[in-house]
Amino acid sequence: MNKILVGLLFGLALGFLDGATAWFYPETRPVIGGILVGSSFKGMLVGLLSGWFARKVNSTKWGIVVGAALGLLFAFIVAAMDATKGQQHYLEIMFPGFVVGAIIGFLTQRMGTPRSAALTEPRP
Amino acid sequence: MDLSDSVLDHLRHVAALPDLSGTRYELESEIGRGGMGVVYRALDRQLDRRVALKVVDSALAGEPRLIARLEHPGIVPVYETGTLPDGRLFYAMKLIAGARLDHYVARSPSLAERLRVVRRVAEALAFAHSRGAVHRDLKPQNVMVGEFGEVYVMDWGVEAVAGTPAFRAPEASLDRRSDIYALGALLRFALPASSPPALLAIAAKAMNLDPAARYSSAQAFLDDIERFQEGLAVEAWSEPLWHRLRRFGSRNAVLLWLLAAYAGVKFLLFFLRSF
Repeated sequence: MNKILVGLLFGLALGFLDGATAWFYPETRPVIGGILVGSSFKGMLVGLLSGWFARKVNSTKWGIVVGAALGLLFAFIVAAMDATKGQQHYLEIMFPGFVVGAIIGFLTQRMGTPRSAALTEPRP
Repeated sequence: MDLSDSVLDHLRHVAALPDLSGTRYELESEIGRGGMGVVYRALDRQLDRRVALKVVDSALAGEPRLIARLEHPGIVPVYETGTLPDGRLFYAMKLIAGARLDHYVARSPSLAERLRVVRRVAEALAFAHSRGAVHRDLKPQNVMVGEFGEVYVMDWGVEAVAGTPAFRAPEASLDRRSDIYALGALLRFALPASSPPALLAIAAKAMNLDPAARYSSAQAFLDDIERFQEGLAVEAWSEPLWHRLRRFGSRNAVLLWLLAAYAGVKFLLFFLRSF
């Protein structure tokens, strides 16, 4: 499995789980569906870019840094979109988004086939 | 005329020295001797380089041919063979500047370094086995670690050699599985006193008295050492649950820390909203 696909899958799963934690906040329960979709999509974007980065750079440390930065960036965008609706949830969205991004960055470095290995695999 | 003991000893020594006249080699000093012959340090006048010159009985004529067939980075290459005027055989090999494994281990290298040496030995052995050759006398004295960390296995097997007791398999006829036994003994020898149980288990499996219960090949032995080094479970040891958990923890420490950070952030945010 290539690293981009690994990033997409983990991004989707972790994004979904992160979004699902909104259920613990009673005020967000009516819009939980939208949160799940948005959070999953955000996770997939972070995963896609982290996976692409992991194909270029083989470094766990930099994978975590880039994943965390991407997670923070996309979480900021989501929080800013939320703010336009009059709700200020920067901390609640950006903090977990930052850590989830770091986890996705780490996983894309540790799992999946690096591009060089995929190219050297013998063909049947 | 009476000759003193020291003069007699000297004469015996000189008489035993190989007559290298007619060859391109000039004897310099003795490096070591064993049941299979004597190894000298010699100068190759033609190429102006030092070589290890081994002089063996003609009955062991197969040895240089055996080694010459084994071209591998972990096996000392043979440059040339010939016959001395007294009928004994000699062969010139690469002279390794370094230490024997027993001397090397005495310097207390790190565990990773010890395992690197054992792995290089196992690789050479796996290669030799794939070419149908068996060592038969693998022991620390037959492994050299070069100045730059290169590892060489020497004194490749001759039928006449019966092996060295501490490293010799108990079975009567020595084959590949006997080499696996010696490899296990070599690993146990190279390990420090307080070694991880997984490594001791690998050595114990390789040294099983029943040849069929040992590793099936040197490669299988190598694979188990690699598994240990990668933090995976080894084939030789069914580890207890707490040990498995600890290994999982140390292997996935970064991921566990990240997950803990996520849980911490979530808890913090959840309780902070009450204020």
